[in-house]
Amino acid sequence: MSKTATIIKREFLSRVKKRSFIVMTILGPLLMAAIIIVPVFVAQLSDSDYTIAIVDDTRLFYDRFDDTDNIQFTPLSTNIDRAIDFMHEGRFDAVLHIPEIAFEAPSSLRLFSEKSVNFNAKLLIENILRTEFESLKLSHAGIDKEILQAIETPINIQAIRIKDDGELITDYPEVSMGLGLVSGFLIYIFIFLFGSQVLRGVLEEKTSRIVEIIVSSVKPFQLMMGKVLGVGLVGLTQFLIWIVLTFAIVTTFQVIMPDMFRFTPDEHVFVTSSQVFSAEEMERQKEHIQQYDTTAGQIVQGLSAINFPVMIFSFIFFFLGGYLLYAALFAAIGSAVDNEADTQQFMLPVTIPLLMSIIMAQMVISNPSGPVAFWLSIIPFTSPVIMMVRIPFGVSYAEIALSAGLLVLGFILTTMLAARIYRTGILMYGKKTSYRELWKWIRHS
Amino acid sequence: MEYLLRAEHVTKEYAKHRALSDVSMNVPAQSIFGLLGPNGAGKTTFIRIINQIIGADGGTIWFNNEPLKPKHVQYIGYLPEERGLYKKMKVGEQALYLARLKGLKRNEALKKLKDWFERFDLLPWWDKKVEELSKGMQQKVQFIITVLHNPRLLIFDEPFSGFDPINVNILKEEILKLRRNGSTIIFSTHNMGSVEELCDHIALINKSEKILEGEVHQIKKAYKSMIYEAEVDQLQKPLTEILDRRFTLIRNEKQNGIRTIRIQINENNTTNDLIETLLPVAHLLSFRELTPSMNDIFIKKVTGKFPLESTEV
Repeated sequence: MSKTATIIKREFLSRVKKRSFIVMTILGPLLMAAIIIVPVFVAQLSDSDYTIAIVDDTRLFYDRFDDTDNIQFTPLSTNIDRAIDFMHEGRFDAVLHIPEIAFEAPSSLRLFSEKSVNFNAKLLIENILRTEFESLKLSHAGIDKEILQAIETPINIQAIRIKDDGELITDYPEVSMGLGLVSGFLIYIFIFLFGSQVLRGVLEEKTSRIVEIIVSSVKPFQLMMGKVLGVGLVGLTQFLIWIVLTFAIVTTFQVIMPDMFRFTPDEHVFVTSSQVFSAEEMERQKEHIQQYDTTAGQIVQGLSAINFPVMIFSFIFFFLGGYLLYAALFAAIGSAVDNEADTQQFMLPVTIPLLMSIIMAQMVISNPSGPVAFWLSIIPFTSPVIMMVRIPFGVSYAEIALSAGLLVLGFILTTMLAARIYRTGILMYGKKTSYRELWKWIRHS
Repeated sequence: MEYLLRAEHVTKEYAKHRALSDVSMNVPAQSIFGLLGPNGAGKTTFIRIINQIIGADGGTIWFNNEPLKPKHVQYIGYLPEERGLYKKMKVGEQALYLARLKGLKRNEALKKLKDWFERFDLLPWWDKKVEELSKGMQQKVQFIITVLHNPRLLIFDEPFSGFDPINVNILKEEILKLRRNGSTIIFSTHNMGSVEELCDHIALINKSEKILEGEVHQIKKAYKSMIYEAEVDQLQKPLTEILDRRFTLIRNEKQNGIRTIRIQINENNTTNDLIETLLPVAHLLSFRELTPSMNDIFIKKVTGKFPLESTEV
């Protein structure tokens, strides 16, 4: 085994065996899976059966409340005081009071409960009453509800991309946007996270003074590359474990609780008065469901329109390329200073292009094939993040190849530059390094 | 004489100053070679060039009659002046790692390490983190790492700085043992007294230039001070009357009834002349030659005068 391989092995193993790595590797997917699962889960769990008594002094609305899975309505013919007594006895969770004057003064509506009110129940009641009140007002004003229905026009433009060969592809910019931003951001985070690990590793070797012992056995360049590659492997490993574990957790949940992931619209929200305006309401409800279906369908279709092999391959490539480009610079910074506090002055110029690319990502998203997007995805310092933002929107292979080629050139260049600073820097102690000094090291070594 | 290492006209320049100018040096095989000089003279630069950590601007280094190449690092063991270990890494694991970087096979390294750890009572600490070890133990570990691969050339830069006296003695013994087993040793230090008794060859470096090189006893012979110190308890005549121009009185002190005098014998005169002059008038308690230390020789070489010569009469 070559000496560089020995160094890579140590850098990799010493980090992978650390408790913080193991914790992060397990917690990461749990967090990601939680982001996917918990909202669904919570939405289902929180609605334990909630019973509401209705005291309708107007006698107009009491039969308009239909039970949902978790909320049950019971119309009472008693007065409100008696109903509240029932609630205190524990027969109901809440009491809805619709006083005589409610129609003229909706603010007189009251929902009493012992504990704090169930938010969903409140929303549901408001929704039902609003529709009822509106219907009533419309008929009082003599407006035909059907006319109103006819005016309402849902608009959803289908974006079609015409490829060079004339093939038509339906575009789903929302999906591409989400995917682009997430992968661009992931690359940004990974470069920062593992780049600074390289910096700290170099600094550790310098401050513990082991570096001179090591470079008497191997070339400084071997030590630097060993560290950069070892840490890069750690990043790749963590990333792959994250992906596999996240999929595993989400799939497991889908198998155990298939109901949770069946996207059924909550019909009850839309079911309202079926007596007065049954036909119109039913149609409206159907429309809602249809729209819901198309949104869910759009995501699925949008995802299937993405070229995942290209996506995954370029993610790994641009992650590694971007990491190598920046990690070399981070290593050079670590070698040039004596302690972590001194890194600040050199960190700024290195982090600015990274920060800029994540800020510009918002702009690139809104115009993914514009000149700004093009140039930022070609220049090696910003290309890892920006190219990943653009790829879900479809980028020609020629452009990807150009960007990739320049990125390779870029990291070869930064590595050569960094190696010159590194081999002088690691043996320098005590003196605070200036930019002029760095320039001398680059020129003279 | 057979030389393990030869440097020919080595020069090295940093951005602003010259670290080595035209330094040539021959290190005999199986010798203990002292590379002496004040701080900043260029010793560490020279050693780093031998270790191929930095490159020379000019000149050639020959290792065992071959031009120095990267493959030679496995024959060299180096204990730098600035030394340390990974604090969070386990002792045994770390020693094994550094041994493998020197080119040792895993099993071979493991076996040798266990032997050395046993010898230095470090075995119970094998699985401890370095930061849990005392400074002295860490230094022993560093020493083991330096010599583990049986290097033909051992280079110690300021070896005894930071070692406690007990460890210094253990170290000196181990180093002598290594030489008996065929290793060549280079000591580099500014503290010339600390290695004087160990070295059989030395080179003096001052301000990037080698100013003196050779066998210790020959150098000492060449740099005889011709200064003698005598202790007398009775003096019948004042010294100034006895001593003629063949001699120079350097010191004349009386303490607790004993007079200490230092006299330099001027050229073309002998020790016998001095004794003959002193005997009739003084009752001698002791009489000895003041041999210059390496430090004195260095100062003489740089300033042209022995520090002993400063007249204090």
